[in-house]
Amino acid sequence: MAAEEGHHDSGSYVLHHLTNLKLDLQTMSINPEATGFWVLNLDSAIFSFVLGLAFVLLFHKVAKHASSDTPSGLQNFVEMIVEFVQNQVKEIFPHANSLVAPLALTIFVWVFLMNFMDLVPVDWLPGAAGALGVPYLKVVPSTDVNITFGMSLSVFVLMYIFNFKFKGVGGFTKEVLTHPFPWFLAPINLVLRIVEDVAKPVSLALRLFGNLFAGELIFILIALMLAQAFNGIAGAVLAGAGVLLHIGWAIFHILVITLQAFVFMVLTVVYLGAAAETHADH
Amino acid sequence: MNINATLLFQSIAFLLFVAFTWKYVWPPILKAMNERQLRIADGLAAAEKGARSLQDASAKSEEALKEARVQAQDILAAANKQATQMVEQAKTHAQQEGDRIIAKAHEEVSNEVERARQELRKQVGELAVIGAAKILKREIDAKAHADVLDELAARV
Repeated sequence: MAAEEGHHDSGSYVLHHLTNLKLDLQTMSINPEATGFWVLNLDSAIFSFVLGLAFVLLFHKVAKHASSDTPSGLQNFVEMIVEFVQNQVKEIFPHANSLVAPLALTIFVWVFLMNFMDLVPVDWLPGAAGALGVPYLKVVPSTDVNITFGMSLSVFVLMYIFNFKFKGVGGFTKEVLTHPFPWFLAPINLVLRIVEDVAKPVSLALRLFGNLFAGELIFILIALMLAQAFNGIAGAVLAGAGVLLHIGWAIFHILVITLQAFVFMVLTVVYLGAAAETHADH
Repeated sequence: MNINATLLFQSIAFLLFVAFTWKYVWPPILKAMNERQLRIADGLAAAEKGARSLQDASAKSEEALKEARVQAQDILAAANKQATQMVEQAKTHAQQEGDRIIAKAHEEVSNEVERARQELRKQVGELAVIGAAKILKREIDAKAHADVLDELAARV
């Protein structure tokens, strides 16, 4: 009976960790079962916003006191990131635009910070929240499709702004209708273009979401192993294996979260670069 | 994984943060970095200039040293020459002086000899008068026989 109970528990444990703290905007009440568009995932929104705020405040603090003297530790660190981003942008986005580099910096650091929540042991924050009476708490904002799509759709809008800004309405229309095939295949060109452009934000958002969601799920499953620590010898062995697995997966995930933040940033810059690219040579 | 208003929220937050970074974070940091880069470049250029001027100065000092060495050699040679000249001059002078002294000594000696001879002549003349007086047992008039006596003295 205990085993059955445990089975039931592990299922609900995983589900619990994957459920957002939902605020129904129509009734203004916390309701985990809320559906429809006018629902705010409070946990994702708050963590995402707080992390973003931490990023801009920290960097702004450095920026305010930035001097050309020998940089102190924090300024050095910030400058290292800025320089890294700037080099990437310089390589990928050869056009003159002052927005792309700060945009890339924001994406890189913010996404990294959101991903970083992944490394916080899965029960700490939800446990603390539970103690305070908050029923659900999903702490990694980038495991929420709303968050990733929120960013990738913003990038998508920027992409179109760049298209119009760099090519003009006429130039953009011409490009859509005459690439990759000549003008007499314009309908095919248009369809291809739509597919291509829609694929960009979708892949951008789903890549980040998929990686982080899977990673978090594995952390939750490992946490389930750890929960067996006092369940006899087999449970202790399982928990021991879980500790090793957790360490391994966490180390691996340090790479994954950095890489995913980097990929999001680079692809954003690549898309914007492609939007800014004029096909005058064709 | 329902799409809901969180997406809107995130989009707005995203645009806000990007705008903030664009306006207030990126420019000052980049400005400081560029300024530092300029300063480092300036410093390197100045260092290079300094090294070059040091090289110039050392070359110049080397040249001056060489010149001074040549000059010193010249001065030394001139001094040597002058010393030799002076020694030569002194030698000649000494030679002349010696010659003069010897000549003078010769002259004095011959003068002395002449004087001694004169004296002798006079004494011989007197002796001859005394001797003759003795022989003749009479006084000879020195004045009367002066010519004889003089002849005698001249023969001595």
